[in-house]
Amino acid sequence: MAVATTKTVAVTGNQAVAEAFRQLNPDVMPAYPITPSTGIMESFTSFVSNGKVDTETILVESEHSAMSACIGASAAGGRVATATSAQGLALMWEMLHIASGYRLPILMALVNRALSAPLNIHGDHSDGMGMRDCGWIQLFSENAQEAYDNTVMAYRIAEHKDVRLPIAVNMDGFIISHSIESMQFMTDEDVKKFVGEYIAIDPLLDIDNPKSIGALVLPDYYMEHKRAQHEAMLNAKRVVKEVSEEFARITGRKYDLFESYRTEDAEIVLVALNSAAGTIKDEIDRYREQGVKAGLLKPRLFRPFPYDEIGVALKNARAVCIMDRADSYGGYGPLFMEIASAVSPQRGPVLFNKIYGLGGRDLMPLDVDKVIEETAEVAKTGKVRIMKEYISVRN
Amino acid sequence: MKQMNWKELPHAGTVLKAGNANEYKTGSWRSFKPRWVEENCIQCLFCWIYCPDSAVTVKDEKMTGFDYDHCKGCGVCAMECPGKKGNKAIVMEEEGK
Repeated sequence: MAVATTKTVAVTGNQAVAEAFRQLNPDVMPAYPITPSTGIMESFTSFVSNGKVDTETILVESEHSAMSACIGASAAGGRVATATSAQGLALMWEMLHIASGYRLPILMALVNRALSAPLNIHGDHSDGMGMRDCGWIQLFSENAQEAYDNTVMAYRIAEHKDVRLPIAVNMDGFIISHSIESMQFMTDEDVKKFVGEYIAIDPLLDIDNPKSIGALVLPDYYMEHKRAQHEAMLNAKRVVKEVSEEFARITGRKYDLFESYRTEDAEIVLVALNSAAGTIKDEIDRYREQGVKAGLLKPRLFRPFPYDEIGVALKNARAVCIMDRADSYGGYGPLFMEIASAVSPQRGPVLFNKIYGLGGRDLMPLDVDKVIEETAEVAKTGKVRIMKEYISVRN
Repeated sequence: MKQMNWKELPHAGTVLKAGNANEYKTGSWRSFKPRWVEENCIQCLFCWIYCPDSAVTVKDEKMTGFDYDHCKGCGVCAMECPGKKGNKAIVMEEEGK
């Protein structure tokens, strides 16, 4: 297929995602706008007011209700989307499990923001990591382009017959959501063709075939339901690859389960999600010029987590620093724990963990330099000084 | 009823057939069992009205006994039963005695 016509624009991450939502034209969009995701709803509701979409927006009284309305609309048979951040997602928590348990392919734009307390509105991944076990597919995006592309691909992944699970597309609050970047939009026709028609499974509005959803399941069947849900999640990994390959054929933009940046011959590898990857890539380029064999692994798909593939990608590295923009107090960072499960403790690289950027603190190039140098030292000596450490915290 | 494995479950556990709760037997939950004492029954049908599990069987507008496949032994019927001259028409008896 020929590469489609695209339009180069300068937009914020929020505007990029709102544009993807406009092109996807969901049937229903319940939301309770919260910083920093508010811009998505701001743009989208103007599309609604101007008749650019057929979407019915439902402005509810809380995020718990927003997700409840998403579930109702999706179970009825509609294509549904919402957007939220931080406390909003936290308030949705109960309903997130219901959405995945009912196997409803709801799309959420999650603009990552720190959780209170202390109250903070800036970007980190504590909200996204908090929904790790809620049964949602989780995609992470480095910049506005990736957030847009992931959003365009999201329904194709979530609605696949072997998957049928809700999906969250993550991007960093403020750093991406509020910064203007140059990026490419697809044409409306291409998005429409790519996404296709939605055919709901057992929709409640099919009133000729009455049905009941959300029935009580006792100990004799609950585990079978959960096992089936895990299988759907495992299937999502294959579907993400297939959909990404098809997307690449149309747009020329290639995505995998994770991005490997200069890792082929890398002796030291940094692992990080979302926008920090941009800064890290710059610094890796600088160190490469000095002959340091450094690389970056940036997971795109966090749930289901591609353990086998990442294990293979990291097996030849000597030291790996996993950088978490979220914390598990009294434990290691959530990304560290995944990577530790993916690599062989005997034959794999030496791992250590850095916590950075909580509450929107910038990760500066100099911070990355220190990490690269420490990782090089660990590769040389095989010894880790401190297993888990906080970057740029004042002592 | 043969139990389904996880691959055989309907999508999302959606119940597609109306009234199939009847196929799910709950009688084994019981620790006390209601016994009908017919001579004390005035056929008021309070037991039938109050039973939360539709486990009181009625034929031709007359109480005929219990559906022990579904009765969970809650005892509401025995509690509500007015009986005749102070003698209950439903008595709860411990299972396995």
